[in-house]
Amino acid sequence: MSIAQGLRRAGTDPSTAAVFIITTLGALWSLFAAAYAPDAAMRGQSWLILGGFLTGIIMLVGVIANGGVIDDEREYNENLIKAGVIATMFWGIAGLLVGVIIALQLAFPVLNIEAFGFTNFGRLRPLHTSAVIFAFGGNALLATSFYVVQRTCRTRIAGGIWPWFVFWGYNFFIVIAASGYIIGITQSKEYAEPEWYADLWLTLVWVVYLLVFLGTLWKRKEPHIYVANWFYLAFIVTIAVLHVVNNLAMPVSFLGSRSYSLFAGVQDALTQWWYGHNAVGFFLTAGFLGIMYYFIPKRVQRPVYSYRLSIIHFWSLIFIYIWAGPHHLHYTALPEWAQTLGMTFSIMLWMPSWGGMINGLMTLSGAWDKLRTDPVVRMLVLSVAFYGMSTFEGPVMSIRAVNALSHYTDWTVGHVHSGALGWVGFISFGAMYCLVPWLWKRKGMHSKALVDWHFWIATFGILLYITSMWVAGIMQGLMWRAYNELGFLEFSFVETVEAMHIQYIIRAVGGLLYLSGALIMAYNVYRTIKGDVTEEDEHVIPQTAAIPAQ
Amino acid sequence: MYETLSTFAQTGGLLIFVLLFAGVLAYALWPRNQAKFDAAANAPLSESDAPVTSGQNEDGIHVR
Repeated sequence: MSIAQGLRRAGTDPSTAAVFIITTLGALWSLFAAAYAPDAAMRGQSWLILGGFLTGIIMLVGVIANGGVIDDEREYNENLIKAGVIATMFWGIAGLLVGVIIALQLAFPVLNIEAFGFTNFGRLRPLHTSAVIFAFGGNALLATSFYVVQRTCRTRIAGGIWPWFVFWGYNFFIVIAASGYIIGITQSKEYAEPEWYADLWLTLVWVVYLLVFLGTLWKRKEPHIYVANWFYLAFIVTIAVLHVVNNLAMPVSFLGSRSYSLFAGVQDALTQWWYGHNAVGFFLTAGFLGIMYYFIPKRVQRPVYSYRLSIIHFWSLIFIYIWAGPHHLHYTALPEWAQTLGMTFSIMLWMPSWGGMINGLMTLSGAWDKLRTDPVVRMLVLSVAFYGMSTFEGPVMSIRAVNALSHYTDWTVGHVHSGALGWVGFISFGAMYCLVPWLWKRKGMHSKALVDWHFWIATFGILLYITSMWVAGIMQGLMWRAYNELGFLEFSFVETVEAMHIQYIIRAVGGLLYLSGALIMAYNVYRTIKGDVTEEDEHVIPQTAAIPAQ
Repeated sequence: MYETLSTFAQTGGLLIFVLLFAGVLAYALWPRNQAKFDAAANAPLSESDAPVTSGQNEDGIHVR
């Protein structure tokens, strides 16, 4: 792309050769699976996997023909991050679109279209969750972590072609997982639906991600490892552990899609929610806190409010979060002491969560005016406010007595979305609005007004979403526990569904508004990349400009 | 065997975690670390557009 000529290229170095071997082995495996897989779904999906590996081989041949991947210590690898930004935008819109579709399916069940199995809510729901969490959120984390670790370590990313393997390999995993859901391949673990072969592939990609990140830290030119990197590293390490343990399973055959979990019964449930809640804690929280600790100081040009607090925030968060999972299993076969343990640690999480929120917000000390003049700062700050709000709500909901009302209702769905749309979505969009002008060397975004439109439309969408789900969830919980004077349940299940019809429609409208905001952003990003930037934004500090002398 | 393992995991785990966390607090709050933390907090603000390479000296990179 725009990289200057004359940069050192790696040639056919060991990393390129290793990726070539991996890709070839993958292609061979999928070819055998296409021919001999015992189940029809796997035979079908193998063609897609084969196509992916063949595309990889073609790309590798192209790279080798060009003299190898660019690997010059005098430049940061920014093409990698550009790719990550584009992937983030693409998956964000895809995931939000599926979300709107399934929200409409809940409001109008006819949209499930019974004639096609693959349009069923049960197939599309994991598609939505994986697309927004792992595809959109994951690509945002890959892109920002690769950016932040290079900049704060003042060194080029380590590993030759391996960082590219991580990017393409991860997105390939998303495609394998998503296409599997559609045709009915799932191991039925929430947020861990992909089957064993996809899990193994992700394990490989993730270990390489960890090594690339560690390798870059290892050759850093700064004595201190900046706090954002600590959060990214905790995210990478913990997700590796969670993913491997929760997905321990025995495949039925070497070429088929089906596998059986190592765990059963309550052990399975506890392992699943140890995984599930720490996916929230370390993927959706620690990783995005890495974004917060770099992009907010950078955007407002103020150091972190308290660096000491950031260290305590980090260690207390990771010490406490890992124990909170059992609050997903109140009133189940899980021993009560374990439920109480999960609940207690969830309440304790108030302290690091709010400590972190205060640290993020107070970074604006002396720069609060930017809230008025810079819509990107407004977006970042609102995301931290949502972080505070949803991390207040979560522990409340983890209290057993509250959980008796809230569990299995749409209150949970509303809570998740105030975290996902408010915190994760806005901090990612904010980071992308920072990165696009920095990476493509523009004076600002194509249109600041459109950033404002995105902000307000999306914020209004979130409010519609969470308020309607509060009403729906609490009403649903109350209706489920209502008895008549004879001691019978007052309402049948379908009556609670009917009662929520209007809230479901409001929720779908909220989701549609949030999606519209993302579409406005995609247009704005496209025009900015194209170079249609007329107005100079004083809040965008182009990376090419020197910091003025003090 | 179960007794030994559970004592190690429960009592030992408690002690190790409390000591580790006390160490973290001491490190974070130690007065003499202030200068180091100030420098670290400013790291994102004072970065330049190119990595530090071995041939360059630090002053050539920090534009201040």
